[in-house]
Amino acid sequence: MPRNPQLNEKGELQHLLSIEGLPREILAQILDTAESFVGVTEREVKKVPLLRGKSVFNLFFEPSTRTRTTFEIAAKRLSADVINLNIAVSSQTKGESLLDTVANLSAMQADIFVVRHASSGAPFLIASHVKPHEHVVNAGDGRHAHPTQGLLDLYTIRHYKQDFSRLTVAIIGDVLHSRVARSLIHGLTTLGTPAVRVIGPQTLMPAGVEALGVKVFHDMREGLRDCDVIVMLRLQNERMNGALLPSAQEYFKHYGLTAEKLALAQPDAIVMHPGPMNRGVEIDSSVADGPHSVILPQVTFGIAVRMAVMSIVAS
Amino acid sequence: MRLAIKNARIVDPATGRDGTGDLYVADGKISAETGRADRTIDAKGLVAAPGFIDIAARLREPGFEYKATLESEVAAAIAGGVTSLACPPDTDPPLDEPGLVDMLRRRAKALSRVRVYPLGALTVKLEGERLTEMAQLAEAGCVAFSQGNAPIADTQILWRALQYAATFGFRVWLRPEDAWLAKGGVAHDGEVATRLGLPGIPSFAETIALALMLELVRATGARVHFCRVSTAGAVEMIRAAKRDGLRVTCDVGIHHLHLSELDLGYFDANCRLEPPLRSQRDRDALARGLEDGAIDCACSDHTPVDEDGKHLPFAEAEPGATGLELLLPLTLKWGEARKLPLAKTLARITCNAAEVLGVKSGRLAAGAPADIAIFDPQAMLRVSPETLRSQGKNTPFAGYELPGRVRYTIVDGNVVYEG
Repeated sequence: MPRNPQLNEKGELQHLLSIEGLPREILAQILDTAESFVGVTEREVKKVPLLRGKSVFNLFFEPSTRTRTTFEIAAKRLSADVINLNIAVSSQTKGESLLDTVANLSAMQADIFVVRHASSGAPFLIASHVKPHEHVVNAGDGRHAHPTQGLLDLYTIRHYKQDFSRLTVAIIGDVLHSRVARSLIHGLTTLGTPAVRVIGPQTLMPAGVEALGVKVFHDMREGLRDCDVIVMLRLQNERMNGALLPSAQEYFKHYGLTAEKLALAQPDAIVMHPGPMNRGVEIDSSVADGPHSVILPQVTFGIAVRMAVMSIVAS
Repeated sequence: MRLAIKNARIVDPATGRDGTGDLYVADGKISAETGRADRTIDAKGLVAAPGFIDIAARLREPGFEYKATLESEVAAAIAGGVTSLACPPDTDPPLDEPGLVDMLRRRAKALSRVRVYPLGALTVKLEGERLTEMAQLAEAGCVAFSQGNAPIADTQILWRALQYAATFGFRVWLRPEDAWLAKGGVAHDGEVATRLGLPGIPSFAETIALALMLELVRATGARVHFCRVSTAGAVEMIRAAKRDGLRVTCDVGIHHLHLSELDLGYFDANCRLEPPLRSQRDRDALARGLEDGAIDCACSDHTPVDEDGKHLPFAEAEPGATGLELLLPLTLKWGEARKLPLAKTLARITCNAAEVLGVKSGRLAAGAPADIAIFDPQAMLRVSPETLRSQGKNTPFAGYELPGRVRYTIVDGNVVYEG
């Protein structure tokens, strides 16, 4: 296996491509740095000059408003210049190759590329072709990874539960197609979480998922028992009526989070969701808006985590 | 032209012969007579074996000349000691008309350096819907019929194709893969694909298709050769079918003998292959199957891909690896790992492959075509894009040191390559 392409020779974070393979210390460094930025985002002047004069290119080969916006806010709070490129509707449709696009943008003096792409591994390809002073941050690639989402999930869990070493975490829903689930699983196992569960029907579980260090449950009630953290995954519309699932209604009946099912978890359990939510499909409104929900704080922490990642890779 | 090869370690897998001696060639044939030669090659310390037969090598003509040309790939073949090769019909247009086959054969013949055996398309445009004019294609020189990597999704059409081929005694080469189960998949459906978030192709996509094909062989009596098996399950099924007396044969790609899903590393597009690299257990079963005869022969499945085709995210990259020049080294490496005598190792790319192909070469008996590879089994070959003659530089083995350097390649009694 070649050297982890995210780290430089000194073992420091050069790119953030995946949580998998990152040492515990680097995860802790990102989370600690994020903590220091949470204060910034609460100030009246929400800016620090860490990336002044640097350019952050948001390269979104797949449409996304939410993630792109949070990266943009994070970069601006670090005083960087931000350029948003919605490539899904520009050069790619004109037949320009991925690497040509990156080479062109690189010629425009980029410092950080924030990349979202529908193909697993695309940010690795880009990272292997950029100049040494350029950094790539994966903002979601195919089903593979969404490391900043995973980190903000870890941040949220740490914020509410402090210690990972006694937690039971359940991740529920479409694990098969979820880069969020994969990134969070790697983060949780790296930080020593003793029990990570995935819950869903067999059609939404990838082959051999146990090898990632999780236990599979098909019965949601059984899987939720005594959980400290519940992470609901988004179910994409196109998966709802076909060979994977017969209907959204039937899915909600078995795998939707309701107050009644939530009662099986620990009394102080927190409920998370990467957004955007499908109310009434994977989560009931009473839970999404209820006292256990930390879904909105997740979004706030997300900005601090992305600030941390960009400031660490570019420093 | 009379040629004498002196002091060689002569290895003839067909007879098991392995010993030092001299080899004579006259009129393009292996000769039993000694005597005066026009040219003498001193092959001291070198192995003289039948020229290698690669039963799957894409030359990319017609249609994909930007990926490779007949000239570049024939040069690669002879540099690898390959004297005969079969090319799959998945050109553009596919080899589904006698005129195309005729042209390819004539182009190859004009180069007169390696024997090229085209496989005809089993269905028109490889679309899996209408049968090709197999008899006419056979007349034009097709040695067997195949779909390349294209599926026949409709089982009734597959059944009819086998019936029709069986009527005339034509050989049919099939790669077992269920089109629906493989749909959208780019990697073995296992731990690595799960980790990398790549859509998977389950092992049973191969075994289910193979079970179906074996039933159709029983029903039709067609002579079927199974291409590029990749799973332990398929190896066991073919072993059992042969035990039952079914007349089927089978090959494995050299990459699958040595690599597994783990070699994907961080999305190495050079490991994007069809079928996908599978688990280590599968790889070990393939290596064992090639030894015990469940698998008859090895092939390179040579597929030159240009840089643009590989410089893409894994799932979008074009599948395939260059391999003509690695056929000998990777077969030797397999034989060394299994501790096999050289004659047994080389059988997998000489006489066994000749049998699958239905040709007379692949042996050193007097009267056989004088197709000979002379190589140094000890010398190491350093695999790098610069040293490969193929226009395709796409190989997961770049940077490897592999055993076996070809020194002379002789086709039809002519020395066509000296290294």
